[in-house]
Amino acid sequence: MIWLSDNKIPIGDWAEAAFGWLQTNGGWFFDGMAVAMETLIEAILWCLQTPPESLVIAAFVALTWVIQRGWKLPLFIGLGFLFIVNQGYWEETTESLTLVLSACVVCMGIGVPIGIAAAHRPRLYAWMRPVLDLMQTLPTFVYLIPAIVFFGIGMVPGLIATVIFVVPAPIRLTHLGISGTPTALLEAAESFGATPSQTLWQIELPYALPQIMAGLNQTIMLSLSMVVIAALVGADGLGVPVVRALNRVDTGLGFESGFVIVVVAIMLDRMLRVGDK
Amino acid sequence: MKKAVIFDKVCIMFGSAPQKALPLADQGKSRSEIQAETDQVLGVHNCSLDVDEGEILVLMGLSGSGKSTLLRSVNGLNPVVRGSVSVNDGGEMVDVAQCNAKTLRHIRQSRVAMVFQQFGLLPWRTVAENVGFGLELAGVPEGERTTRVEAQLALVGLSERADAKVAELSGGMQQRVGLARAFATEAPILLMDEPFSALDPLIRTRLQDELLELQARLKRTIIFVSHDLDEAFKLGGRIAIMEGGRIVQCGTPREIFSNPASDYVADFVANMNPLGVLTARDVMVPGEGEGGGVHAEMPVRDVMLRLREQPRLSVESLGQRIGVVTAQSIVDRLSV
Repeated sequence: MIWLSDNKIPIGDWAEAAFGWLQTNGGWFFDGMAVAMETLIEAILWCLQTPPESLVIAAFVALTWVIQRGWKLPLFIGLGFLFIVNQGYWEETTESLTLVLSACVVCMGIGVPIGIAAAHRPRLYAWMRPVLDLMQTLPTFVYLIPAIVFFGIGMVPGLIATVIFVVPAPIRLTHLGISGTPTALLEAAESFGATPSQTLWQIELPYALPQIMAGLNQTIMLSLSMVVIAALVGADGLGVPVVRALNRVDTGLGFESGFVIVVVAIMLDRMLRVGDK
Repeated sequence: MKKAVIFDKVCIMFGSAPQKALPLADQGKSRSEIQAETDQVLGVHNCSLDVDEGEILVLMGLSGSGKSTLLRSVNGLNPVVRGSVSVNDGGEMVDVAQCNAKTLRHIRQSRVAMVFQQFGLLPWRTVAENVGFGLELAGVPEGERTTRVEAQLALVGLSERADAKVAELSGGMQQRVGLARAFATEAPILLMDEPFSALDPLIRTRLQDELLELQARLKRTIIFVSHDLDEAFKLGGRIAIMEGGRIVQCGTPREIFSNPASDYVADFVANMNPLGVLTARDVMVPGEGEGGGVHAEMPVRDVMLRLREQPRLSVESLGQRIGVVTAQSIVDRLSV
């Protein structure tokens, strides 16, 4: 036993060496990525913060009406936002929404194509599965550390950590939808002379659409659950008051901001629930 | 007669190493023997068959006899391991087993259309959008597509349901959509893979009648797969009977009925109503009849009506009396 602990397998050293190598050799890549994400975040933040609050709220209500067609949900969304303004968390909410929306853009942008590729290549998916499992089970705090190393402090490392945690969901759900396409439909397309891309756009994607939408919903909910953790690496948003409340053992502040997060979560979930009426 | 499709010694084998199993198939081994030895599954073996332009050829057999597999080689859904399947592409014959992807796509888009047992319709599309699916894939512009789709819907009597989702339709109507989709591409060759088997008997009979009516007008070449002998005899100008991946007999319904090539075929034939198939020639005996004779190709059903008036009917062919039919000769033939 003493021999065993004396000859410790240097997992920590390996990880450090690997990240060190990445930092010296892949710096340009991470810098470029940081710039791209920064731009995305700035753009979304600008859209939510420049116009007056009332206009943004009206836009969300209108969007809900377009998606859901009814008066109850838009009314609920409007009331939800008024409650947030009432509590004085408007700015934090726009920041968190920015994090969630940019995570959606990045995760769907990466996740759907990877999911499609995995569905078409079963061997690729067999390789990917343990990686996806690792991304979802490794405690999020653990990959916050290299995220800080590569991207410093702020919204970008928060977004990166969020994406790593969330992206397996759209990948898995897209894979599920695409690979579940009935052979009968694929053969019908083939027999009428469909090209592979026609098969993808006319058969597989429409068939997988409900699953892909479920992936979007999951992405939003999971990113929202990362809001507090992202605050630990300096991302602005509703996580900041929660972390502050934790440090000060301020029960009131903690519940206040926690409740606003819940309200935002419910609002987003109801807004985007498509198809299960 | 011009040929629409020529199957030449077609072999189809499922598995990772089909070449390994071919010699065993050539030795005449059965599917289960081949599978036990090489782990390859025999689809069809050395099937040769010519399909004439404008005829309905029925591939018939029990499930697992390879009839669907052979059908699906015509549009390349099942790859051919050895042999060739030539499809008439407007005058020249193209071997779909060897051609490149582009040619195969051209054949599928404009020469060969298919109707499936489970319909294969896209549930998120309307009836009209499903009928236009093949045209859409072939890049037919929208205006022309709409006119052609409307014409096809009228042909199968579904004009009023054009905007319904396919799931709202009954099985029979769904298969009409499947037929319209196949007719819409104006492909001269139609492959029908047990298209009516999933329907209930009344609807099945009606769709068979409709298909015959449409065929009388449109004159396409139809290769039709069926496991139902009555259906095969009703639709087929010729029937190819398959067993264990091999064609055991091919001929007109009458030839098959009056001269089954093996016990397997005889078993099939034993279960069907012979009156629709036999003609005067099949039930006559040598001898001289009386009065005005009947033609050798007259169906037995009509001969029996004539027998009520005239107990001994002469049978004529090419202006000669070749035999005689009596009530006894018919009974003798039917009780064999």
